Amino acid sequence: MSNERTITLRINGRDERAAVPAHRTLLEALRQIGHTEVKCGCEKGDCGACAVLVDGMAVDSCLTLAWTAEGAEITTISGLGDLEAMHPVQQAFADGGAAQCGYCIPGIIIAAKAVIDAHPDPTEDDIRLGLSGNLCRCTGYTKVFEAVGEAAAAMRAGRDGR
Amino acid sequence: MYTPFDLEMPGDLSGALTALAADGDTKTVPMAGGTNLIVDMRAKRERPERVIGLGAVGELQGMEFGADRISIGGGTTVTDLLRSPEIAQAAPSLIDSSRLFAGLMVRNTATVAGNIACGSPAADLVPPLLSLDADVTLASVDGTRTLPLGEYFLGYKRDVRRPDELITRISWPCLPKPFVNTFYKLARRKGDAITVTGVALTLAAAGGVCAKARIALGAVAPIVFRARKAEAVLEGRNLTPALIGEAAAAAAAATSPIDDVRASAEYRLHTVEALTRRMVAQAWSRLN
Repeated sequence: MSNERTITLRINGRDERAAVPAHRTLLEALRQIGHTEVKCGCEKGDCGACAVLVDGMAVDSCLTLAWTAEGAEITTISGLGDLEAMHPVQQAFADGGAAQCGYCIPGIIIAAKAVIDAHPDPTEDDIRLGLSGNLCRCTGYTKVFEAVGEAAAAMRAGRDGR
Repeated sequence: MYTPFDLEMPGDLSGALTALAADGDTKTVPMAGGTNLIVDMRAKRERPERVIGLGAVGELQGMEFGADRISIGGGTTVTDLLRSPEIAQAAPSLIDSSRLFAGLMVRNTATVAGNIACGSPAADLVPPLLSLDADVTLASVDGTRTLPLGEYFLGYKRDVRRPDELITRISWPCLPKPFVNTFYKLARRKGDAITVTGVALTLAAAGGVCAKARIALGAVAPIVFRARKAEAVLEGRNLTPALIGEAAAAAAAATSPIDDVRASAEYRLHTVEALTRRMVAQAWSRLN
């Protein structure tokens, strides 16, 4: 079946083109055009390593067909911030030592951003339920949960002060 | 990777139904959230030649809260349910279920119609919907039909939906007050877990007796089903511990659980009885 076509994906505020067939997932398309910051884990919607924001909503890019994401605003971990200008969630994970090997972290930070957007002052329950689709196989989740709480506090302080 | 297919993304319901009707010899499947279908295609359990994406079909969205009846579009996501204060008021069992449904990213895309249509005995929105006496509306180019959700499932992953039909709406009557409507998901952990035993309960009281009882059980038989004998034990009676124990035993007797990687049949049998007894007792004390 030769149904490949060139689609335009709006990624981190820039339009990028990808030639992909209908059965290609958003995860595969993103990595094909160089967005290897989006990680491939289980490809079954269990691990959350491939999470990206689509119009502000966290989704597993492995369970999204690339064609269906055309016209949407896609945000990957790189769209949140970089080493020079870290997003408060990234900063909190770095400060709190919330990463070990780091493979799951892009997806976890995307989910954490979505949790804080929905719950600016998240309870422990909000954080745990919000990250229930992200697996880390290095270690436990305590520092991850703490970092999300710290990030939310920093973002609230940032909005109130500065 | 998996077998290639064509993807069509109709912009409205009539376009979607026309696309499904134009099946011919080409194996065509509808895709709502895709959280089951894409996994099944990758595992080659599903090998469609045409996929009809429903993301742009506006008619499948939206919830309506009438005085007597609630109706939600088939494309309602699990997150939509969680964000609805009206659902929390009128159908709290759906919130109990949605909170522990898969993980955040799956909740954001998985739909109510998709959860029903996958036909899994562990589909977590189905026990709550059965406990609410929900109906499902199916549409095709030939028209629509509405049937009780309890008549939708024929067997393990088998249902009455024809390949050219879509589940467009799910609706149920408002519960008589006062009522309790809850769902308990027993699983090995709270996040990202498949249900071992699911129990949904509706209990309503009037004049000191149980006016209405619905007990729906998930993951303990080839399909999700209502334990009607257990319900009959409770309805019209003032609930005593002995009566509640009798209903719990009747619920367990109605199951046909299996051993699998998550739990043994014996454990499932035991937990259906224990959960039913506990949930009915708690609900009755809340109503009195």
